[in-house]
Amino acid sequence: MNRPTRAQSHRAHPAFWAFVAHRASGLALALFLPVHFWALGQAIHGEAALESFLAWTRNPIAKAAETILVLLLAIHLTGGLRILALEFLPWSPRQKTAIAGSAGAAVLIGLLFLLNLGAGA
Amino acid sequence: MRGMEPGTISVRVWRGREDGGFAEYSVPRRASQTVLDVVTFIQRKLDPTLAYRYACRVGMCGSCAMTVNGRPRWTCRTHVAKLGAGPLTLEPLANLPRIKDLAADLAPFFDKWAQALGRFVPPAESKAEFAEVPPDSKARQAADAGIECIGCAVCYAACDTAAWNPDYLGPAALNRAWTLMNDVRDAAGPARLAAIAEAGGCSACHSHQSCREHCPKNLNPTASIAGLKRMVAKAALAGDIE
Ligand code: SF4
Ligand code: SF4
Ligand code: FES
Repeated sequence: MNRPTRAQSHRAHPAFWAFVAHRASGLALALFLPVHFWALGQAIHGEAALESFLAWTRNPIAKAAETILVLLLAIHLTGGLRILALEFLPWSPRQKTAIAGSAGAAVLIGLLFLLNLGAGA
Repeated sequence: MRGMEPGTISVRVWRGREDGGFAEYSVPRRASQTVLDVVTFIQRKLDPTLAYRYACRVGMCGSCAMTVNGRPRWTCRTHVAKLGAGPLTLEPLANLPRIKDLAADLAPFFDKWAQALGRFVPPAESKAEFAEVPPDSKARQAADAGIECIGCAVCYAACDTAAWNPDYLGPAALNRAWTLMNDVRDAAGPARLAAIAEAGGCSACHSHQSCREHCPKNLNPTASIAGLKRMVAKAALAGDIE
């Protein structure tokens, strides 16, 4: 099968970037799942184990990681809603607006989470 | 690489089959020159063994598509001046086997049209009355939106799902199926819907819209395929297909 040997500029458009962002966030979230289950598993080892884990998550690196996680979730959620709308509603000519809107909403969710973190600290 | 003397274009052209390589040519720059003009110049004046395809030269037949600087285009309607001053790199269309030089084998592309039942099937018994097709009905407008396809395979070459999944029917075949599903005269609806509900059918499309981005006729296969996904979903809910 043949692929062009030059840089593949056929992918250089917003809808493809949105696809990549959706796929990459989904993969990253899937990779994170085992960590999530491990953390939940700490609860089985008693309150102390869970509490010490939760205490550890209060350090700034864990907070940063949490924010990234929320951002990934938001990207995957808003991207998924955009795809559902694209495929199940009549076609809208404003696809680029939809992409910008879903990206904006994801960033907004991330920022709100950060603000909340700041308020909680 | 040859220097960029004013008035000439350096052109890298794929020669051979899958295991070929690039040859370089220098072609005089002309006013209103298309990429197809450049290829024809090379074949007529520099190397008569160059293989490529074209027929109409006016954007109707769909036979002249190639990969131009990494993206699929119809070469008879692509002006060299619009591509900037740099060198040109020409290859056969992607996602299809290479036959020789700039000619790709379109058999898999058209086989998939057949597989998607991309042809009009008249009812078994001819009806006494003519079918009425109100031009402003929803179905006819949906069919009209996708009908001007010239079968150039530019969308197929731009589609990453076609590259990743050899069974994927591809944007053009599915777009054609969509126009037929909206044709009240056609009698093969259920069979066609079953064919495109298969694993490599409409549900394999990722809606990343590269087909729509590059279709030289400005068609929107992504929208057609979304329509098919809704039809398949409805039929599945109604228990008409698995
Ligand atoms: S939208 Fe569907 S058909 Fe079009 S390029 Fe993407 S996967 Fe291929
Ligand atoms: S849908 Fe557009 S790009 Fe695809 S074969 Fe038809 S005319 Fe060519
Ligand atoms: S030669 Fe017919 S479409 Fe280009």
